Amino acid sequence: MSEVPTDLSRWRAWAFWGVCLAACVICFQQADTREWIGNFPKDWTYGIAGPVNVAMNWLVPVLSGPLHVISAILGFLLNMTRDILAWTPWPVAFCLFVIVAHRAGGLSLAAFMAVSLVYMLVTGYWERSMNTLALVGAAVPLSVVIGAQIGILCYRHAWLNSLTQPVLDVMQTLPAFAYLIPILLLFGFGPVVGLIASMIFSIPPMVRNTILGLQRVPPEVTEAGLICGCNRRQLLWWTQIPAALPQMKIGMNQTTMAALSMVIISAIIGGSDDVGWAVLNTMRKAQFGPSLIAGLVIALMAMLIDRISLGFAETDAAPDGGSRDGIFRHPHLLAALAVLAAVLPLSLTVETLHHFPRAWVWDIGGDISAALDTVIAATSGTLENVKRAGLFFFLLPLRIGLDQAVSPFSWGVEFTPALRIAYAGLVAVGCLAALGLGSRAGAIIVAICGVLFYYGTSGIPWPVFIGATAIMAYAAGGPAIAALALGTMVFILLNGLWEPAMFSAALCGAAILIAFPLGMAIGTIAAETDWVSKAVRPVNDTLQTMPQFVYLIPFLMLFQVGEFTALIVVIAYALVPAIRYTEHGLRSVPAACVEAGRASGCTGRQLLWWVKMPQAVPEIMLGLNQTVICALSMLVIAALVGTRGLGQQVYVALGKADSGLGLVAGVSIALVAITTDRILQCLNRSRRQALGL
Amino acid sequence: MNASVKLSCRRLWKTYGPREAVEATRSGAGSGDAAAVMERVASLYGLSACAGISFDVVRGEIFIIMGLSGSGKSTALRCLSRLVEPTAGEILIDGEDFTAKSPRELIDFRRHKMGMVFQNFGLMPHLTVLENIAFPLRVRGIDPAERNERARDMMRLVELDGRENAYPRQLSGGQQQRVGIARSLAGDPDIWFLDEPFSALDPLIRRQMQNQFLHLQSALHKTIIFVTHDISEAVRLADRIAIMKGGEIVQIGTPREILDNPANAYVEEFTRDAREGLTVRGAVGAGRG
Repeated sequence: MSEVPTDLSRWRAWAFWGVCLAACVICFQQADTREWIGNFPKDWTYGIAGPVNVAMNWLVPVLSGPLHVISAILGFLLNMTRDILAWTPWPVAFCLFVIVAHRAGGLSLAAFMAVSLVYMLVTGYWERSMNTLALVGAAVPLSVVIGAQIGILCYRHAWLNSLTQPVLDVMQTLPAFAYLIPILLLFGFGPVVGLIASMIFSIPPMVRNTILGLQRVPPEVTEAGLICGCNRRQLLWWTQIPAALPQMKIGMNQTTMAALSMVIISAIIGGSDDVGWAVLNTMRKAQFGPSLIAGLVIALMAMLIDRISLGFAETDAAPDGGSRDGIFRHPHLLAALAVLAAVLPLSLTVETLHHFPRAWVWDIGGDISAALDTVIAATSGTLENVKRAGLFFFLLPLRIGLDQAVSPFSWGVEFTPALRIAYAGLVAVGCLAALGLGSRAGAIIVAICGVLFYYGTSGIPWPVFIGATAIMAYAAGGPAIAALALGTMVFILLNGLWEPAMFSAALCGAAILIAFPLGMAIGTIAAETDWVSKAVRPVNDTLQTMPQFVYLIPFLMLFQVGEFTALIVVIAYALVPAIRYTEHGLRSVPAACVEAGRASGCTGRQLLWWVKMPQAVPEIMLGLNQTVICALSMLVIAALVGTRGLGQQVYVALGKADSGLGLVAGVSIALVAITTDRILQCLNRSRRQALGL
Repeated sequence: MNASVKLSCRRLWKTYGPREAVEATRSGAGSGDAAAVMERVASLYGLSACAGISFDVVRGEIFIIMGLSGSGKSTALRCLSRLVEPTAGEILIDGEDFTAKSPRELIDFRRHKMGMVFQNFGLMPHLTVLENIAFPLRVRGIDPAERNERARDMMRLVELDGRENAYPRQLSGGQQQRVGIARSLAGDPDIWFLDEPFSALDPLIRRQMQNQFLHLQSALHKTIIFVTHDISEAVRLADRIAIMKGGEIVQIGTPREILDNPANAYVEEFTRDAREGLTVRGAVGAGRG
């Protein structure tokens, strides 16, 4: 509102809010008496799950011919990779991996690699690790080539780019399980499904980074190529691609990590004896010792693959062997050849060197399980209390509202009218306090939270929820965003997924309410204190490279299956971006501003709150955005440990091979993620503009 | 037409913006009333970066286009090399219509007749110094031994010998621009475009490079079109100067003519520093004739 509000416009605004408020009150009052306001009637739904299934049923036989050819080719590639890895004697593979690690990251990475490999050998996970590696190894080159090609095409044709961007968004936010189902139906069971799923999941980062890299080629480099008389092909391959290569290598790193993450997840459909399967299998049987061991294998693989691919991305184009002559120019290649010449023949003749003997495996799974059991038994009382507190006093109110959650059974008290009034008073005081501090947005947030906790996401009538969200979306980003938000919610409603969606909203909301402030606090401390930052960074790095699956293991051990475990898992996963972005935002405030603040005599606290924080807000908002996206993407994985909600719907659909339901539930999550992303981006943009960034 | 004219452009226009604005430029370009056309383009939310500029460049001449940022000088240079396609007007090189060349002919022409130096060097980050300089020859398909030989000659010419295997990021700004110059000359072009070649350098290095540039030109006799925003650089290097403002050429003349008879108040204001510089130099008895 740039113009001065006239009396008329002010009157109109009041009238608008008045009508809105009245509508809300009516909805809440009528929710009990009129069924359709409280719950969206079943016969109003018009789901697309049925038609999707019909289409799939028609499509599968039609496409099965050509798809089987693709499947056969990919299967052949996969089997070849796997056979080579399985055949390679372990000492040879060991040496080669260490050499690669040394080339990528020097002595420390080589040592890390050696220790990890010994761990895999000794725990008896060598073969399964090789199977996982084979899947990654088959998926990554294909994804990189396909992704780079798509990226180049998008760079050349603007129309294709505008078409591809939303598809990439959906591909990356769509929960992995959702597209496992159609792939399963189209390609049949087996490891090839895992391969295809991980390719689909890992192509988008390559496409994005290729486009980004090409767009960031300095125009003068392109012009220099043109003026030298390059034709189209020469311009692309001799100037633009090489100049974009650093960014494309980052893309390769992300592609590799995405492929690994998805390979682990796709173990759920079975068919390949890999580490992901080992974790899932032991977890299902509640054998926490072995699942912890296998989980550590995945964690080590993720860290190693990440460091190695990043190492190759960061190495200079300049060959380090510039000072050496002849064959010593490439010491790593030389070493690898030496290994092949010396160790390979020896290993092939001695059986214990070819296949790691079973007898050498050190079976500690049982011992760890026993030890864990005693620890858990000793702390179970405390853990149980934590769990109950979290459920009754936080998660449950957010879902079904204090209105229903407060009962003698759970809280030990009746929710008497007096208490209700006290609660209303508390919220009102909170609002007034926020207004007193001059923050109208704060007051609105307090009010919304007050209502939310009183009724819970499931207790709020759907028309109110939709209306309120649409208005907020409109306020944040105008009609387009409002339409997107409205479309998302109508999609969920019409497909009859409102109830699970509200369950998910409660879980995600609860996770974000804890993860974001907590992450911000840690990030702020890390930004202010160097040693905290140094301590937090490697932990963050490690957590971020971890496949989502691994997060389940420790919390499942401590809290067993249940909603609270899911909450903790989602919080753990969503915490990292909040820490990262907060610290980065605070640390990248221009030094001149900080010095100006210091020169004006700011205390440390004034400096933080008055100088740094306001300028870091856009970055922190990006962190919030990432936190939300992470929480949503974890939802489906968390469904494995027992939640109700959209994630569970996807998981159920996978069990029944119901591609319609899986797709609809998956698309719902993706749409919610995209909508939240757009809303937060709009808020962020206006904030940035206000700061003149 | 004078036989010694190497390059000439006539009523050259470049308009950015919606299609209507571009069409308005095309239909109005021949009228000769540049101001009216620019007004019409602006009303259609377009912008004419070059508004009907015309000039001739004589063989072996150093022709400098000078103006402040946003005056359209870089766009003009890019139109002449067709890195940017002109909206209207004609460019004649050796009497041939350059704007009519097909993409294939254009590539061929650039390979053999044109060289260009860029403000931020435009070096390929993935190639060594030698490979960068040999790049135009590689594009032509000349075999490695011959092109490396030629590139080494170029390195000697710009006094860079010994840094063959360095990468651009390992060089200082002055050295990087020497690589840029060597590369632009490697194909032995007739026409040499320089787009603010020395603007990104320190004043001292800039001076050195200017001297080297004059030295090179005294041996090579290229036809040079040089863009700069620095009046003292223009006065020092140019045979003739064209001063641009808002997409139009305000005045063309030798440095002496421009300093002595500025066409209007703008040029006078613009050249004041240089004139004062000259008086100072005149006082100590130095200065280039």
